[in-house]
Amino acid sequence: METFSLLLQGFGIALQPINLFWAFLGSLLGTAIGVLPGIGPALTIALLLPVTISIAPTSAFIMFAGVLYGAMYGGSTTSILINTPGEAGSMMTALEGNKMARAGRGAAALATAAIGSFIAGTISTVLLTFSAPAIAELAFYFRPADYFALTVLAFTSVAVVMGTSRVRGFISLFLGLALGLVGIDQMTGQARLTFGIPALFDGIELTVVLVSLFAVGEILYVASRYRKDGSEMTPIRGQVWMSREDWKRSWKPWLRGTALGFPIGALPGGGSEIPTMLSYTLERKLTKHPEEFGKGAIEGVAGPEAANNAAAAGILIPLLTLGLPTSATAAVLLAAFQNYGLQPGPFLFTSNPDLVWGLIASLYVGNTVLLVLNLPLVGIWVRLLSIPAPQLYAGILVFATIGIWGVANSVVDLVVMVLVGIAGYVMRVYDFPIAPVLIGLILGPMAEQQLRTALAAGQGNPLVLVSTPLSVVFLVIAALFLLAPVLIRRLRANA
Amino acid sequence: MNFRKALLPLAVLAAMVAGSAQAQVNVMLPANPGGGWDSTGRQAFQAMNDAGIYTGAVNFTNKGGAGGTIGLAEFQGAYTGKPDALAVFGAITVGSIILNKSPIDLADFRPVARLTAEYLVIAVADSSPHQSLQDLVEAMKADPGATPIGGGSAGGVDHIALALLAQAADIPVSDLNYIPQASGAETVTGIVNGTLAAGISGISEFQQFAEQGRIRILGITSAERKEGLDVPTFKEAGYDIEIANWRGILGSPDMPEDNYQTWVDRFTQLNESEAWAKVLETQGWDQFFIAGEEFGSFIQEENERIGAILKEAGLAE
Repeated sequence: METFSLLLQGFGIALQPINLFWAFLGSLLGTAIGVLPGIGPALTIALLLPVTISIAPTSAFIMFAGVLYGAMYGGSTTSILINTPGEAGSMMTALEGNKMARAGRGAAALATAAIGSFIAGTISTVLLTFSAPAIAELAFYFRPADYFALTVLAFTSVAVVMGTSRVRGFISLFLGLALGLVGIDQMTGQARLTFGIPALFDGIELTVVLVSLFAVGEILYVASRYRKDGSEMTPIRGQVWMSREDWKRSWKPWLRGTALGFPIGALPGGGSEIPTMLSYTLERKLTKHPEEFGKGAIEGVAGPEAANNAAAAGILIPLLTLGLPTSATAAVLLAAFQNYGLQPGPFLFTSNPDLVWGLIASLYVGNTVLLVLNLPLVGIWVRLLSIPAPQLYAGILVFATIGIWGVANSVVDLVVMVLVGIAGYVMRVYDFPIAPVLIGLILGPMAEQQLRTALAAGQGNPLVLVSTPLSVVFLVIAALFLLAPVLIRRLRANA
Repeated sequence: MNFRKALLPLAVLAAMVAGSAQAQVNVMLPANPGGGWDSTGRQAFQAMNDAGIYTGAVNFTNKGGAGGTIGLAEFQGAYTGKPDALAVFGAITVGSIILNKSPIDLADFRPVARLTAEYLVIAVADSSPHQSLQDLVEAMKADPGATPIGGGSAGGVDHIALALLAQAADIPVSDLNYIPQASGAETVTGIVNGTLAAGISGISEFQQFAEQGRIRILGITSAERKEGLDVPTFKEAGYDIEIANWRGILGSPDMPEDNYQTWVDRFTQLNESEAWAKVLETQGWDQFFIAGEEFGSFIQEENERIGAILKEAGLAE
């Protein structure tokens, strides 16, 4: 019941005109960047960070929440109409959605995506509302050994799951871990990997790395692959709304997508790609119309679209309660919290209840705003795609550079930005995943801190790392992530 | 029409640049926006403006990093000998200069005023057997390794305070099991779940958790008991220590004597003003004022005291 009154209080904050304005702005922006291929919520929030430092944290996070949810809505529009996912989480939507659009059922596809997103978003936000405070209380029982094991689990799962190969995943992860070591070591006050440059004493700014990898690296990649022809847009034709049959075929996939998306989004390395793929596979298996799959089955749009929105809410759980980011977007949100001097975690619920509950309430508000924005206005959003790519990406590059300069007026930051940006381009070309770099950079220092605290408190006895049931469980799961593929291969070879 | 629209932001920008060039006072805030030093500087000048002590333009520069040493190094390079250039700094800077072997020397700057302080408290879990500071110190003495204590970064004020406490109780500083934590919140969780035997931090970080009954505060580093906090001082417990996380204002190296006197006077007036009293109350800062050469000798003493402790802890040569 306490949760309920806190939530009401949150609504009081989220419904203030100024915060409604930010939610609206965030939703608009989120939808826009979701529609545009190549620009995701992580990059957008990273670019907004320097700009938002002058507005109150609560308003900023309400806007970020709009961006996060909005990107999921917008991404589906591009997938359906031009067969290019605007967003990684909308990859599966393109498979069936674009076929539907070609068959003149584009409007129905867009509608099932938007309504599915709304339903999934709302159910997940309810789940978030009621589970977050309980999980936050857990943090008081988590010991350093548990945190360390949890970060090891996050490392292995991210490196194994993301990217095309485990070797690439681990190389990315270790790059991130190395970047995370730069700066003055808190435990001893000694400088590490700073090469005598005082500007590196406080470490490499996460925002700089984020913007470099996403904006600079990605834009160099897009530019290097740029062809003038572009993809063709399928105009919306045919019946405007979903038929009775469409509703009947959509509601179960919506719920199943939510059930998949939310928990997987909350897991380290889960992100929004995996649940959408799982949802698509599941719908394909369960459908009564298998012949339609591959030719425009509405279930194949409804399920994955619900799943990606549910996952977007799922990632907020470990982030808000334990301060643990599980995806690139969550990593940027964490950076945003730290920019305001806030540490997500159990204390956020006691020290900044206004912010946490305002943010959660604004998710409900944002979801409603987005439904209104997306259903009738789809035609307008699609026009965004006619912005010529060179101008668009050059603009983003300029904005990114100004933003990084604005954070600290530091030349060193700009140099780091260029270097990391080029590295990001090379990684993109050779198919190295970017998320493990960020997870390594963010969680590396946390893992080190917890490891050293655990060892120091245990007076150097390494057994302290497996002294709690939780730490053993986490480490075993981490080992399984690493070994399972090898074991399965062995078993198959023997069989 | 479009052309004009495009010109407008440029004109605004030009006006801003011109405005900053005309500003009489340059203030270096050697921290990122939003932190304690940032607000100390901005609020002090806002209060000065409100009280009519100084109402001219002020040009702030934020340059964070490494306990303020990066910003101060830049300040020294850009403003040596300049008449109206000031910088915010604090107790943390003193230790950071020694730890990071920074080339700057605080004695080169003109000591204007020490403004505020936050005192430190030491706390144990509510379920801890240690009921008083003496109990805790006895446990530290019996087995320092088995009494891990958490706090802020190595060589910071928290660490120094604990080292002083150890010295006063004849415990070798190098034997302490001090474990720096990423934030005050992490220190609290460490205390509550039993990883840490005790923790030390600023009052503001611990007070709300003491009120919730999760932790118990055993002692405070101020000279006298703090109002609203029923906790004995270290002195009462028999350890003659007083230490605070203080913040103050420095003038540029070789600032002309007249300007220096003016600023010492202005900050003295600020300290007595109604506007500043209001700031202290809303921010929860403790007044900790001294000015001019008196502040200079205080910095000198802190430098020696902290330098000696860091050496004994094995953090500096």
